[in-house]
Amino acid sequence: METMRVQDVTPNDLPWKIRYDAHRCTLCGSCVAACSFRAIEAKVERRRLIFSESEFPEPKARFSAVPVIRQVKSVKNYCRGCGICEKVCPNDAIAPERNPDSRHPIITRCLGGDSIKRGGRKNLESTVRTLDKLRIGRISQMTDPSLDAQRHTFDMLAPFGRILPPQKLPLGVGPEGLLQTTGTTPPVNWIYPVIIGDMSIGALSWRMWEAVAMAVAYLNEECGLPVRMCSGEGGVPARLLKSKYLKYMILQIASGHFGWNRIVKAMPHMVEDPAGILIKIGQGAKPGDGGLLMAQKVAEHIMAIRGVPKTDLLSPPNHQGLYSIEESVQKMFLSFNAAFKFRVPVAIKVAASATSVSVFNNLVRDPYNIVGGFFLDGIDGGTAAAHEVSLDHTGHPIVSKLRDCYLAATAQGRQGQIPLWAAGGLGKTGDLAADAFKMICLGANGVFTGKLILQMAGCIGNDQGRCNACNTGLCPVGITTQEPPLVRRLDPEKVAQNIVNYFLAMDTEFKKLMAPIGNSSLPVGRADALVATDQAVADKLQIQYVC
Amino acid sequence: MCRIGAIKSRNYVHPSQALQLMQSQQKGHDNSGFAMVMHDLGGIFENYKHLPTLSMAATDEGVKIAEDILHQAGFQRVMQWVPETDDRPDLDINAMPNYVFETFDYPKVLRNTEQKVKEDLLLDMRLKLRAALEPNDEGFAYSFWPDVVTLKEIGNPRDIGTYFKLWEPDDKFTAKVITTQCRQNTNYDIVRYAAHPFHLQGYTALANGENTFYLKNVEFQRKLHRGYIGFESDSQCFLYTLHYIHRELGWPLRYFKHVVTPLPFDDIEKREDARQLKAIRQSLGHLEINGPNTIIGVLPDNTLFTCCDAKKLRPIVIGRTEDTVVFSSEVCGINEILPDRDWATDIYPHEREIVTIDDKLEVQRWKQ
Repeated sequence: METMRVQDVTPNDLPWKIRYDAHRCTLCGSCVAACSFRAIEAKVERRRLIFSESEFPEPKARFSAVPVIRQVKSVKNYCRGCGICEKVCPNDAIAPERNPDSRHPIITRCLGGDSIKRGGRKNLESTVRTLDKLRIGRISQMTDPSLDAQRHTFDMLAPFGRILPPQKLPLGVGPEGLLQTTGTTPPVNWIYPVIIGDMSIGALSWRMWEAVAMAVAYLNEECGLPVRMCSGEGGVPARLLKSKYLKYMILQIASGHFGWNRIVKAMPHMVEDPAGILIKIGQGAKPGDGGLLMAQKVAEHIMAIRGVPKTDLLSPPNHQGLYSIEESVQKMFLSFNAAFKFRVPVAIKVAASATSVSVFNNLVRDPYNIVGGFFLDGIDGGTAAAHEVSLDHTGHPIVSKLRDCYLAATAQGRQGQIPLWAAGGLGKTGDLAADAFKMICLGANGVFTGKLILQMAGCIGNDQGRCNACNTGLCPVGITTQEPPLVRRLDPEKVAQNIVNYFLAMDTEFKKLMAPIGNSSLPVGRADALVATDQAVADKLQIQYVC
Repeated sequence: MCRIGAIKSRNYVHPSQALQLMQSQQKGHDNSGFAMVMHDLGGIFENYKHLPTLSMAATDEGVKIAEDILHQAGFQRVMQWVPETDDRPDLDINAMPNYVFETFDYPKVLRNTEQKVKEDLLLDMRLKLRAALEPNDEGFAYSFWPDVVTLKEIGNPRDIGTYFKLWEPDDKFTAKVITTQCRQNTNYDIVRYAAHPFHLQGYTALANGENTFYLKNVEFQRKLHRGYIGFESDSQCFLYTLHYIHRELGWPLRYFKHVVTPLPFDDIEKREDARQLKAIRQSLGHLEINGPNTIIGVLPDNTLFTCCDAKKLRPIVIGRTEDTVVFSSEVCGINEILPDRDWATDIYPHEREIVTIDDKLEVQRWKQ
């Protein structure tokens, strides 16, 4: 028996403390109503006031009951620091404050007996990013003039699909000295070099997913930017599958095969082919771990799209039918190329790993030329729910691994045959154009991005532990939740507008980077255009060191 | 910046014409070297058109090394020409001890074999000579090919001309096609191999400009063909791409243009041959050049051609008379050697065409 309840949870044990000023509070209740985590509540405090009414001090005490807002002291309903209370408070009476003395990682495990799960992003303090040690340092001048970003035209497209080596092209010289096609080639789609990367309907709210799809359609139809969106592993609404906008979607299949029942059933009714198929083997934020959709997010419409009951949905860590790289190639070949009659490119997504080059080599040497893209996902990415230990401690940075794969291809004279797409923390500083451009110079054909899209939509999470509650289904801004009241906080048209505007800004910024190096088409593999301010980075990436 | 030039004529032309063509443009180049490749040879080489001629600059030891290698392989020398030199001390030339132009007959066992086998052997021999001469800079084997000679040297082109007595026309050392350029490589190290024109298996190319896709080109070309070596200059990439497209893939010349300056995707989509052009752009994207360039090239059938980068950032002009066509970076060069031509018929090629001149001096302008 304890003499004091020292084990009780208090706000000082939690990652965030609520700063509350009762004098400013009008008790409107907005904050309590808005807090999706139930981390604050209205309470009544007993107050004691000492006063005197006579000419000489005759202290009297008066007790009163005062309504106040208080932080909930619980490891379940703890404050995530999202700051929604502050956003809705008319008087600046309440706000979360980071608690440097938090004991949360310990007490949560002690009380729960289970691993910590949260929304995906690496939260360990990291050093300066590798990409920030690179500069576009090869500036065209004099005899090799820079281009004019406003006046010149730029051809900024990237391939999605298997590209044959030139000597294997089925081309013959016809009677008039023109090349004629004498056989078939694998399908290749030329698309914008930034793919909106695989976030499932389920992980995202229906409004958020729809907003992304709307933005993609608008970028294609109105802005002339052929941006593609990957569905994530969670199916696609049947209405979209049967619409002409399917051509902007890359359909993903992962180890859970979620949603594919509906996709297969919709195939006879499709009026357009999808832009591609992406087979997800692994993902960068939690490599070796499958997707995780907590039961609280499996709403009725998710159950319908995925064809599942309301339960935790775990994609197995690996594809149950795959035992080798060669077999994965077979699987792609048999299932998807054939399913879409060889009109749709099929690519593979793997987590960056110490073994990525081996996997890539196996695929690039495959004699059937069927792997149409190698999507490499690094440690700094991730948007979905996962175990914290996986998020923080497993994975591999993307920059050097992408470069390793490109150089491996170059050493074999096979660069470009399997397009390389990279992701994992790109655009973390808000500037995706610069990050993407540097990755392209290092050998990527393009990049894919997820987390940044959420931030465009209004996600307030960050890498310092703010919010990160995507797993709970209680997203305070309606992005990663299926709770109707929360979802309605999000205006899909406003989100779509933000995404469209960001892409237009990024497109201009791409040109501002291509112009000074004098290139009008993407400088894939032009590592000579980069310099590094760090010797170790320069050595590893095989680029010039400058200081 | 380089200035480049080329002459193609119905008659045999002496290199003094090439020197004059370039001399008037000397303000545009830095007078750091002189190089020329001659095709369709006249004079003393006229009767040996079917046999390979080795063009080499070497030390005494280098000459011995090269001759030993060729003799060992069964090549038999049938003709040798050593240019007379004027070695007065005040000339600005960094001369090698020997300049050798030797014509060989093929090894007996190969004389009746098919042409392709012979051509591959000639390339292998040149690569072998180059490798053997490289240690201690014993020499430079520029070309080893029938009906082609190459001369390259470091120094002032005027003095190099004087040294080799090239200012004085004669009928011994002539050709119907001469390509020339008056600058050593100033971007990278000064190496004799780095001066264009470059030659490979009957193909010659020279360029005025920069290749900003140099690294992409090099990394790709290194694995394409054993003959794609050196890369002392970013302009060598143009020759290798020409050789690869035209000889290795066997595609018509127009596709060289489609490879080095592909049409924008939007334009490709509108064309009937979109499928082919897209396949080319996909598979040969690493051979694109992206930067300011004018290329002059010669094909094995002695067709002379030129094309430019997609933004037309480098000049070229073509002047002609009944029996001679001259390509030049600046029109003053043409005025020098074709003063009486009708300048109104001069051609200023645009960024989306290849202009070719065949043996009948017919001009074809092929639009991309």
